[in-house]
Amino acid sequence: MSTTISENSGPSGAAFLTRLGPWLLRVAKPLAAPLAGIAVFLMLWSMAAQQIDTSLGKFPGPVAVSEQFGNLMSEHLAEREKETAFYERQEIRNADRVAKDPTYEPRIRAYTGKETFIDQIVTSLVTVASGFVLAAIIAIPLGIAIGLNKTVNAAVNPVIQIFKPVSPLAWLPLVTMVVSALYVSDDPMVPKSFVTSMITVTLCCLWPMVINTSVGVASIEKDLVNVSRVLSLKPLTHVQKIVLPSSIPAIFTGMRLSLGIAWMVLIAAEMLAQNPGLGKFVWDEFQNGSSSSLARIMAAVLVIGLIGYILDRAMLLLQRRVSWDKKSALR
Amino acid sequence: MTTILDISHVDMVFPTPSGPFTALKDVNLKIAKGEFISLIGHSGCGKSTVLNIVAGLNKASTGGVILNGKEVSEPGPERAVVFQNHSLLPWLSAYENVELAVKTVFGKRKSKAETRDWIEHNLRLVHMDHAMDKRPDEISGGMKQRVGIARALAMQPDVLLMDEPFGALDALTRAHMQDSLMEIQATLNNTVIMITHDVDEAVLLSDRIVMMTNGPSATIGEILEVDLPRPRDRLSLAEDPQYNHLRSQVLKFLYEKQRKVDTSRPAKPAAAEAEEAASALKPAQDSSAVA
Repeated sequence: MSTTISENSGPSGAAFLTRLGPWLLRVAKPLAAPLAGIAVFLMLWSMAAQQIDTSLGKFPGPVAVSEQFGNLMSEHLAEREKETAFYERQEIRNADRVAKDPTYEPRIRAYTGKETFIDQIVTSLVTVASGFVLAAIIAIPLGIAIGLNKTVNAAVNPVIQIFKPVSPLAWLPLVTMVVSALYVSDDPMVPKSFVTSMITVTLCCLWPMVINTSVGVASIEKDLVNVSRVLSLKPLTHVQKIVLPSSIPAIFTGMRLSLGIAWMVLIAAEMLAQNPGLGKFVWDEFQNGSSSSLARIMAAVLVIGLIGYILDRAMLLLQRRVSWDKKSALR
Repeated sequence: MTTILDISHVDMVFPTPSGPFTALKDVNLKIAKGEFISLIGHSGCGKSTVLNIVAGLNKASTGGVILNGKEVSEPGPERAVVFQNHSLLPWLSAYENVELAVKTVFGKRKSKAETRDWIEHNLRLVHMDHAMDKRPDEISGGMKQRVGIARALAMQPDVLLMDEPFGALDALTRAHMQDSLMEIQATLNNTVIMITHDVDEAVLLSDRIVMMTNGPSATIGEILEVDLPRPRDRLSLAEDPQYNHLRSQVLKFLYEKQRKVDTSRPAKPAAAEAEEAASALKPAQDSSAVA
């Protein structure tokens, strides 16, 4: 690249280039290895893809997948246009009827179009976030209680140890039935499928958070506990001023762990229960079985991975902002 | 002089798998108001246990501690402790560490402005007013210990308890801290009990040096009055015959009368074992008290 520029430019250009050289080197150096890694991966992928023939055609390579990314985006935009058009038509129709018959009360019917890829991403993100927050609200106080009190620990520990290794997907049928039985309302605030997915996420976030919080609380430095005793801090102040801050690093470790698991489990749960979300998108495409299905699933796989990565980074950033222990939040 | 603190007939027995272990046996000590007491003895002799009993962090098996006519039953800010490892809360700045103590002890009795003045005053006493907003991981070991002392002083304790406060510091920093402590003591005239391993430190700072015998069943062996005039200066004392006489008396107690297996090295396996046995039992006791 640099040779083409230097051929066209004069001596001043050459001086500029001598300065550009080291700058480029400094910026490009840390990027070189990751970029090379990605390039090699893309190459291997496209080579392997060409060798694999499935009943739905050739396995999609990078080019086919990037095409489908474009399609998914334009389908989303088209769907949004249809939706606006639908509401506009409805408004005109309602205005007409009111003009003819003033007693008529116009009703707005909701648009019931197909959820697009982007809609499914949003659904999954909202589900994972609400399930995660619900788990944190339950797990952190519970973990503190367990960490502080040996009797509570002895009482709760067997239950945790038994439920911890259970895949939340095993809970899914039970959760679905319980939600159908208990969550009955004529005008539900959120759909049942959302509640089911959310509770599944909560169930898998719960254990790592409870365990890490309780370990963090139980391993507070004894000297700090003694400081609290000498100051005669009241139990609640003790938790607030000593216990909670000192176990923040452990709590965040638990939260990062569980968020990663939650994202993986949610996709599987959505596939299994046909609940709206990225998992359903993947399953629907698989059932659809068109020639572009595999490429669209591959696009979804990449997006799922990217979102998982972004979620983890976001937690890390949050931890760096909140936690006093900068060393524990390095990677 | 009036007695402010009375340690009477204190025994400390720890249960161990191989039967009860008597760490302390019949410890008696009366301390007057404004007195500076050093506790010295070989490691494992139960110095820390004595201090913890006075602090209320440990409970004596028999006997007890009376402070200002009231028996000590639990820890409290009127018996502030300076811990060996500073024990500052790592997520709070120096100012905030002292603030937590001041707000807990004085609460609404001090206005916002008074609280701030009092915190700053105490940090100035230990020469830490220039680094008030630094967090513990941003300052040196000596500075952390200064903040720890400021936090204890800010509680306005009846007795200040110091558990080897300078034990983890290098020799130069330690000398510096001792000078600071003498300077503070000259203005505040606190009642202090300090544990130390350092003979020079004990003679330089104390009014009385309490020398403890070796465990098990450790008790007070001898008490040495240090009647050197104050203010004391470490350089001129170095050649003072009285200072050297006192110093050699402590050394004689430690290395002749209470000598351990190897006289040249004070760290002995038996002592280490006893200390381990005692400290292994402490966490269980303490945590049950917290819970």
